[in-house]
Amino acid sequence: MKQHMDYYRQMLRIRRCEEQIGWLFSRGLTMGTAHLSIGQEASAVGVMAATRPDDYAVSTHRGHGHLIAKGADPAMMLAEICGRATGFCRGKGGSQHIAVRELNFLGTNGITGGGLPVATGAALYAKTRKTGQVVLSFFGDGASNQGTFHESLNMAAAWKLPIVYVCENNGYAMFTPTCDVTSVVDISVRGAAYGIPGVKVDGMDLLAVREAAQLAILRARTGHGPTLLEVKTYRFCGHSKSDNGTKYRSREEIAEWEKRDPLRTWRARLIEEGVSEAEIEQLEADVELEMAEATRFALDSPYAEYEALEGVYADESARRYLPGFFNSSRDAAMAVEVSA
Amino acid sequence: MATKTYREALNEALREEMYRDPNVFIIGQDVGKFEGAYRVTQGLLAEFGPKRVKDAPISEMAIAGAGIGAAMAGLRPVVEFMTINFTLVAIDQIVNNAAKIRYMFGGQVSVPMVIRTPGGGGQQLTAQHSQNLENWYANTPGLKVVAPVTPADAKGLLKAAIRDPDPVFFLENLALYNTRGEVPDEEYEISIGTADIKREGTDISLIAHSRMVNVALQAAQRLQDEEGVSAEVVDIRSLRPLDTETIVNSVKKTNHAVTVEEGWTTFGVGGEMAALLADQAFDYLDAPVKRVGGEEVPMPYSKPLERAVIPSVDKVVSAAMEVLA
Ligand SMILES: Cc1ncc(C[n+]2csc(CCOP(=O)(O)OP(=O)(O)O)c2C)c(N)n1
Ligand SMILES: [Mg+2]
Repeated sequence: MKQHMDYYRQMLRIRRCEEQIGWLFSRGLTMGTAHLSIGQEASAVGVMAATRPDDYAVSTHRGHGHLIAKGADPAMMLAEICGRATGFCRGKGGSQHIAVRELNFLGTNGITGGGLPVATGAALYAKTRKTGQVVLSFFGDGASNQGTFHESLNMAAAWKLPIVYVCENNGYAMFTPTCDVTSVVDISVRGAAYGIPGVKVDGMDLLAVREAAQLAILRARTGHGPTLLEVKTYRFCGHSKSDNGTKYRSREEIAEWEKRDPLRTWRARLIEEGVSEAEIEQLEADVELEMAEATRFALDSPYAEYEALEGVYADESARRYLPGFFNSSRDAAMAVEVSA
Repeated sequence: MATKTYREALNEALREEMYRDPNVFIIGQDVGKFEGAYRVTQGLLAEFGPKRVKDAPISEMAIAGAGIGAAMAGLRPVVEFMTINFTLVAIDQIVNNAAKIRYMFGGQVSVPMVIRTPGGGGQQLTAQHSQNLENWYANTPGLKVVAPVTPADAKGLLKAAIRDPDPVFFLENLALYNTRGEVPDEEYEISIGTADIKREGTDISLIAHSRMVNVALQAAQRLQDEEGVSAEVVDIRSLRPLDTETIVNSVKKTNHAVTVEEGWTTFGVGGEMAALLADQAFDYLDAPVKRVGGEEVPMPYSKPLERAVIPSVDKVVSAAMEVLA
């Protein structure tokens, strides 16, 4: 039961946090762009529920959910999105470029398909060093038409790398329906081309996502190589802050998916399982407060003003041995060996 | 003449060329049903149908290659990339195929293709979405590279690019689409390979391309108002082929030059200008050429950091005053 409450809390934290992001942009309190994953929360939370804390994750332009599900502090994330010095990347990255070193979160990415090869490389590390870590490589249906998708799957399959390619298929790549420009209906069938399992799962069903992810992760962790996991989902909002998502999608279609809102169905499930309305409302109030405080933290934080020109290369002091940016404690041990 | 936006001018050029030549077609992401991520292809799908306006998957490499193959076979593709940053996914096709095919194959085939794409920063879109890479393409023999700043130039050059027998990289800019200017009503074309004096002056030449021409024009006005300096603004307009004569003649007249580009200056357009002037106007220069450009870092996100990195009117004015000192 506690676990099921936790899942609700995580999904709700993502949703409320992204609502704050939408609000910040609509009020002109931050600029640039951001892509919300409202509607897709069960994918992020379901997949992460099957991971180990030291597993790697690589994300996309639509990555806030992945970040929060992996444990990133929403306050620091919002600060980054507001360009503040207290953000994960000191305001240099913004929504599309957030990495969190302590969490082995290797970054959101602004280039469609840009993350898959990087994720594959992290899996190569885990395999080479036998760390037992698995890599979760998130990307969209649109990205599965990039060469990087096909090249990465082939490489990971050929080398049996510990990685799960998680395709969050929300039916659209920006404003183009995926079915207009894609050779297959289910991206998961593309796994067959690389001799790996291709699994399709209902992305509005958190437990189904978790179960499919558990199997794929087990396979990866036990040396059997990659899986292509397709999560069928939907974004309730626009592609980015520049559209409201209705020009290229019918209101009926959106309404149809909203009926299956993963938060609403999960909440109903909790009630069925005997959680009291009061307990749920308490949780909801806690999350509300957390996000209000996170937003205040972001907006009260200062900008980094004088470091625009710093940080392009390693500092002189780091030159002799630069510990792997995201590596495990094994690496720290190796670093000591090397420098000794 | 009517006043139009840069976006409208491009749209007109596309429409007119599609009427003129049935071989002209458009391919790119969201160019059809959505009418362009920046609305440049508005109305064209409805007017010309899906054979002539093709929505493509997110497969830049294949989009560029498909344009090249179709062009070799006889069509006239206009390939739209959502931004210049994404041409990096396609750069192998552009540089290894489009640019080389005529020469490599002994002149048997050509690639009459246009690549249209906006560059530039200043919208807080951060490191991967704010780049100026036109100098990469201008470095490549076999490509032509144009970078119009006014709506009139945009229309005339896009027409010329579509009619050109060789691949043309047509640079737009995110911050230019809504800018307005007079556009001739009659049919016209602007020759690729011609620069343009956007403001006459006698004391110093500010040499720029794309959006930075507007920054140079503002700087010229400030120099006039605040320093009594008469600056000439040279719009390079075509990076390859380069109109060396117009550029060199301007500096022969003013004896001073500052170059302005939005991208990084190292190995950039300003460096090329400085080399040209050293070569062909050395005896006319009263001071070394100064380059203004973006700071040499990936574009940071936050407004204050971004502002510190992007070239500004202030930076151009102070560079000009340094050169004139
Ligand atoms: C190489 C590249 N091409 C185009 C874009 C512009 N773009 C940003 S997001 C996006 C759609 C991606 O679709 P999908 O992979 O399905 O992810 P979703 O947005 O649906 O989560 C596109 C085309 C980009 N960022 N990078
Ligand atoms: Mg999608």
